[in-house]
Amino acid sequence: MNIERRLVRKDSLEKLFDILRQNKKTVFAPVMKNGKASFKPVGSFSSIAEDYIQTTQSSKEVIFPRVEKFLDYEKNGKEVSIKGFDYQSVTETVLWGVRPCDTIGFGTLNSIFNWDFKDEIFNARLSKTIILSFSCNKSDDYCFCTSVGGNPGSTAGSDILFTKLGADGDYLAEVVTEKGQAIVALASELFEKTESVEKEKFLANVPVKFNQEEIRKKLEKFFKSSQWVEQSLKCLGCGACAFVCPTCACFDIQDDAHGKIGSRMRCWDSCGYSQFTVHTSGHNPRSVQSQRWRQRIMHKFSYMPERLSVYGCTGCGRCSRACPADMNILEHLISIQEVKI
Amino acid sequence: MIDSLYMPYLMRIEKITCEAPGVKTFMLKFVNEEDQNNFAFKAGQFGEYSVFGEGESTFCIASSPTRKGYIECTFRQSGKVTNALAGCEEGSVIGFRGPYGNIFPLDEWKGKNILFIAGGIALPPMRCVIWNALDTRENFKDITIVYGAKSVNDLVYKNELKEWEIRDDVRLVTTVDPGGETPDWKGEVGFVPSIVEKIAPSAENTVAVVCGPPVMIKFTFPVLAKLGFRDENVFTTLENRMKCGFGKCGHCNVGKVYVCKDGPVFTQAQLKELPDEY
Amino acid sequence: MDDLRKRAKELIDTSAVKVVIGYEQGTGNKTRALFVENSEVADKLIFDSRCVQNLAAYVTKQEVKSKGKMAITATLPVMRAIIQLASEFQVNDDNLIVIGITPESKIIDFKNLEEVETYVHQFQIEIDARNREILDKLDKMTPSERWKFWIDELSPCFKCYACRAACPMCYCSRCTVDFNRPQWIPVSSNELGNLEWHFMRAMHLTGRCVDCDACANACPLAIPINLLTKKMIEDAKSDFGGYQPSLKGENLLSTFKPDDKENFIQ
Repeated sequence: MNIERRLVRKDSLEKLFDILRQNKKTVFAPVMKNGKASFKPVGSFSSIAEDYIQTTQSSKEVIFPRVEKFLDYEKNGKEVSIKGFDYQSVTETVLWGVRPCDTIGFGTLNSIFNWDFKDEIFNARLSKTIILSFSCNKSDDYCFCTSVGGNPGSTAGSDILFTKLGADGDYLAEVVTEKGQAIVALASELFEKTESVEKEKFLANVPVKFNQEEIRKKLEKFFKSSQWVEQSLKCLGCGACAFVCPTCACFDIQDDAHGKIGSRMRCWDSCGYSQFTVHTSGHNPRSVQSQRWRQRIMHKFSYMPERLSVYGCTGCGRCSRACPADMNILEHLISIQEVKI
Repeated sequence: MIDSLYMPYLMRIEKITCEAPGVKTFMLKFVNEEDQNNFAFKAGQFGEYSVFGEGESTFCIASSPTRKGYIECTFRQSGKVTNALAGCEEGSVIGFRGPYGNIFPLDEWKGKNILFIAGGIALPPMRCVIWNALDTRENFKDITIVYGAKSVNDLVYKNELKEWEIRDDVRLVTTVDPGGETPDWKGEVGFVPSIVEKIAPSAENTVAVVCGPPVMIKFTFPVLAKLGFRDENVFTTLENRMKCGFGKCGHCNVGKVYVCKDGPVFTQAQLKELPDEY
Repeated sequence: MDDLRKRAKELIDTSAVKVVIGYEQGTGNKTRALFVENSEVADKLIFDSRCVQNLAAYVTKQEVKSKGKMAITATLPVMRAIIQLASEFQVNDDNLIVIGITPESKIIDFKNLEEVETYVHQFQIEIDARNREILDKLDKMTPSERWKFWIDELSPCFKCYACRAACPMCYCSRCTVDFNRPQWIPVSSNELGNLEWHFMRAMHLTGRCVDCDACANACPLAIPINLLTKKMIEDAKSDFGGYQPSLKGENLLSTFKPDDKENFIQ
């Protein structure tokens, strides 16, 4: 559908929020705690964080929760009964205040969860989620969305994208999807007709730092490079980068037993962990950290584009900000681009 | 109700066979008849077997698709789930998801000789395709099985080995590692690669299937090359750590390949294209 | 800073060590680990008040160790960690040289770990005033208030294990959480499981923690997990008279003495 452009007055945002709540929608929005912004279910507009460049964690957790229970079981002697995923439990959820680099990530996750077998649980959550994103009017040195096909005002993946027109200005609302239109219909008086607006001048300036297509081509011959060890010597091998990433989707499957009853769930995992690939025999195909760092980069910039036709990075910079050892993905990608092969 | 990809079939353990120390075979039947009727698989595919409360474990379907109404699996007690499985009794219900993964291309092997080379606990993934070939014997020319284990005690499927030995339409060569023989052992003594070299099967119009511990595979490939086998005609299975079985959880990813989707069956030619991360 | 660079160059040029671990300017306003393997790189070495990552975490990492003999730029907490690691047989004089560095960026030359130990023992492990205040507040809470405090703080933990990875004392190649027979700690992140993980970690660090705050600094979610280890330091002090990392290997909770005042050993 064509993108509809509307104007939302700055004091109408709160009204829109209240209307969403009155319509019994769960609203996830960024909230500040310990100086970090993260997505939480929010009951009042005033608790939504304003002054942040990026939340520490991506909003993927709303659609791909860190723990997703998919069955309950009950044992009775030798017999077992099982109950599958409760699709009724997935209710309409609004994601408020997402950045364009997160919304693009949902498309990436969608490719992972549906490239072959269809993951109905993921799909149920995605289809019930309404994504109200906000363009970026500021950025920092860790941002590089424009190098990986995004931009601070990209509408990709959003249902409605809001762009703040000036420091104390009103908002341009770009209604991208039918889900977005349904929201407009709930509060049509707040979405005013508007003349064409130049939103670009209100967006953050994020310079292009590398060409991902070039990186992809280079990586095909880069597997045995000594750079992987050089880059990753300081990597501590934690999972912070994967867990804050909007597109990392690796998971583990675990049972949680309580006597005769219990459940089975998937939970986040990371290719950076030493145990990720270890066989029962003790053999570990990726036994050292440089191999695991290589896997992370290769997977995102070589294997995924090849297999899923999407890159595994949205340029949000969260991994670099979160890394306790200052492994900066942008820096490493630039150095890969600069290597002459 | 829509089921999710993660919902297992409930399977009842009909029969438990102790194959070797710590190695058991389960014959499994679907608890729900409807599931049985809708279920189909092909030789080479695998599944996720689970004990509720303990978790899931990945191994192949060890019975042949030609044998209907049940599936079998053979596992060695080694981790959390396989230990829990080993503790199950006949009649117990366990979970099974599958079938997953690609297959041994038996259709393409019609009219050819097949050479099976297996070591230790790696006979199960091959047993499926061996029985499939034997049950459709008219489709193939010579069938040779070379099977080795550490010791006589460690040989699995002992009854079936006897059966294959008696049959005149299959050549069986069994071997145990030096020191693993018993006084009445009539088979070969020596490591699998050297036995293959010794019996020197012809590479002419032959496909080889090799499953075993990494060290056995490593030394068998060069022997096959020496005998004239081309990389495209040498098949094996990879045993990467897996969780989901359908290409999402990321665990088995090696290079551009998801072992659970593109494998577990690979030709040696395909393996040469892969990074050494398996 | 020049002294530090000079010392690093010397160690590399004379082949006294293969690699010098120090700090360099990182991205943004961060500093980060630098591995100096040739003397030109030594010019990137820096030291200032931002250099708080505990570099001792690297001396047990496989790929760093495989370089050969190491030297490490060590502030007081790093020195403490090195002595503790030495007492646990993870490093020794044959594989590690310590370049001490004072808060004023002065270099201290140590001939061996014994000298490092002597230096370290001049200073007690003391909880700073700000955290002392928080611990007091926690002590005064009722058990249910305290339970709520920790549930609130630890629920967001997604178990990335950055705390474990950044901690020089968490060097086990297979951590208790990675064991599944039995599964002591659930793999998934949940309220109770998160508590179990962090409490277990604090217990494993009791009498070993060098109070460097690396765990809390590493936490991407800024959870004040170091309060747990600080509390254990306090308890170790009040119940056992405190501790100092020691080359004699007398770890507070794993050393048994026949003359122990408790009677369990008799």
